[in-house]
Amino acid sequence: MATVAVLALSGSLLSACSGDSGKPTLNWYVNPDGVDTFKEYAATCSEGKDYEIAVQLLPASATDQRTQLARRLAAQDSSTDLMNLDPVFVAEFANAGWLAEVEGDLAEAITGGEYLEGAAETVLWDDKVYAVPLWANTQVLWYRKSLAEAAGLDMTQPVTWDQVIEAADSEGGTVGVQANKYEAYVVWINSLVQGAGGQIVSETEAGRDAKVELDSDAGRKAAEVIQKLADSKAAQADFTVSNEGTSLGQMFPEEGPGEFMTNWTFVYANYKGLVGKPGGPADEEEFKDLGWARYPATVEGEPSKPPIGGIDIGIGAYSENPEEAMEAAECITSTEAQVDLAINDGLMPSTNAAYDEVGASGEFPEDLLDLYRTSVDEGGPRPKSPFYSQISSAVQSVWHSPTSVDPDSTPKESAEFLADVLAGRSLL
Amino acid sequence: MTTTYVAPDDKRDVKKAQKVAASDRSKAENSLGMKLVAPAIFLMLLVTAFPMLRALYLSLFNYSLTVPEEREFVGLSNYLTALSDPLFWRDTGNTVLIMVITVAVELVIGFIFAMVMHRVIFARGVIRTSILIPYGIITVVSGFAWQFAFSNSNGFVNGWLPFIGNDFNWFGEYGSSMIAIMVSEIWKTTPFMSLLLLAGLAQVSEDMLEAAKVDGATWWQRLWKVILPNMRSAIMVAVLFRALDAYRIFDNIFVMTAGAQGTESVSFLTYRQVIEQFQLGIGSALSVLLFLSVLLIAFLIVKIFRVDLAAARQEG
Repeated sequence: MATVAVLALSGSLLSACSGDSGKPTLNWYVNPDGVDTFKEYAATCSEGKDYEIAVQLLPASATDQRTQLARRLAAQDSSTDLMNLDPVFVAEFANAGWLAEVEGDLAEAITGGEYLEGAAETVLWDDKVYAVPLWANTQVLWYRKSLAEAAGLDMTQPVTWDQVIEAADSEGGTVGVQANKYEAYVVWINSLVQGAGGQIVSETEAGRDAKVELDSDAGRKAAEVIQKLADSKAAQADFTVSNEGTSLGQMFPEEGPGEFMTNWTFVYANYKGLVGKPGGPADEEEFKDLGWARYPATVEGEPSKPPIGGIDIGIGAYSENPEEAMEAAECITSTEAQVDLAINDGLMPSTNAAYDEVGASGEFPEDLLDLYRTSVDEGGPRPKSPFYSQISSAVQSVWHSPTSVDPDSTPKESAEFLADVLAGRSLL
Repeated sequence: MTTTYVAPDDKRDVKKAQKVAASDRSKAENSLGMKLVAPAIFLMLLVTAFPMLRALYLSLFNYSLTVPEEREFVGLSNYLTALSDPLFWRDTGNTVLIMVITVAVELVIGFIFAMVMHRVIFARGVIRTSILIPYGIITVVSGFAWQFAFSNSNGFVNGWLPFIGNDFNWFGEYGSSMIAIMVSEIWKTTPFMSLLLLAGLAQVSEDMLEAAKVDGATWWQRLWKVILPNMRSAIMVAVLFRALDAYRIFDNIFVMTAGAQGTESVSFLTYRQVIEQFQLGIGSALSVLLFLSVLLIAFLIVKIFRVDLAAARQEG
């Protein structure tokens, strides 16, 4: 009886590895955004090939995705062929030797200008390419045109955080940000620091010996912005636990002038789909009141550094079919796939060619697409370090709650704590 | 296998040796016993001793999975880092607090349940089963159930407690979060405690109880002078098992607060170092410290109850 069970089990395991048709199966681990399009491309990219791509779903949170993939790769799992990676994890995974290097024409295309600069930058580690950008995300300033107009703010020129907070405050509006104790809060802090010409850490290739630069004028300037918003009437009620979703409802509230909100590119499609529904604009006319502008500057006169996100496709270093996986990665990041992801799921492309096609489709306003492109091109990536998750957690633990941020103490305290954590002198 | 064979020619303990030698049967039983447990001991060594030694070894390194080539020997510095870090002591404080409160409450409620199960004369099966049901539920599931119960948007706890506002957020601050975690822990494991105590209750001789009754002892006196002293080993086993279990608390915290509001336990801290941050060195040092704490607690409990388990076994 037991033998039969073992045989049956091993039989089903074998068939899982090789597919029904005897072809090898490439496992593609995807995050839950745009899964339907991923499935479609898994099928399309398997057609006429000597492999089958099977989509495997990862958990929703980026932290859990990283943990699950890392546990497989640390154990040298040969069944992890392709994976969707948040850009901040590329350096960590590449440094650990978990990602196969991307070489040849594809690598040249990535570094040679076919991809948006900000997106291409996310897949480089140690001057080598370790992943293929699939889609590139960025944050812009979303706002109600009527609110900006009432406050007398000229949105055709770059605006600063100070101006935005004062404008919202003066008209009874609010400013929506992400300030809960999680990754997006670090995204905000990083952009504020970079916007003032600084860095959270530099020389990240040195690993544990990276230089912590938070205790600087840029760090203090960033803290001033957070403090200003925290002390202002423009801060939203759930400011200290706010995330990407919490401030969406404040744009078209039943009462009040609406808000300014820094948020990712999904916002446009979100409100477009909510016209006439709860939480969205009442009608097409009100939807037209939705404005967008470049991410606010930390310091007047210095260009802002919009956050960069998105998804890169990594190829597992222990894959049994590395060449096939590389071919599949090229197919699932093709221009057509990127255009489909943008139009079906609102996930914006990482290549210039795909942007052109999305522009031609007429699904998005031209000026919005231009804004996205410039933002990704001129954006500021988060520190590329094998210790990124520790850097992020250390920053979060000192800078949260945002209401306790003080320009005189927070940057200094967090710089000391971060240095201790990197050196292994403090627990996190 | 605590009784050891002593060779007959050992002159230091001739009396005992003669006693042992006198019983060929007990000798054969011992040898058979050894053979029977040998595979289990071998397997235990393989699955527990190896990881423990490996953790001990790794704890001497500064070692991150994401920078394997930078692994360096740092001696005991990971232990110094942990022991001098306020975070470690805060988490140890939390863990001890949870252990002391939950075990104390469980001991009292568990004893009452054990008495009920022991004395009940009608619907015995139903009553025993319903008392034991929570223990059959997976901790993660009970954690989620209690998290929903304490939730201020869809839970029933706020509605049932008249002195608490309907919008009170139990997970918004330290004290109330700890209460929620402990309630879930107590609900889940009290049946285990009562099961162990029931076994102890069954060992208390009815003759003794009757004799005490004839001598005019009140119910209270019988409880304190006859029942409890005779259950000492059972109570120790129950407290020991539960204390060691409670000190390693992880699931309820993971599900209910994920360590927010400073409710982290030592196990959770270790989990974060190893699984989330891939810091194998400091994580291993923490798990060794956790292991040592558990040993210390076991030692203290055995000392406090002054029970000789080996003697208890011989009596049985």
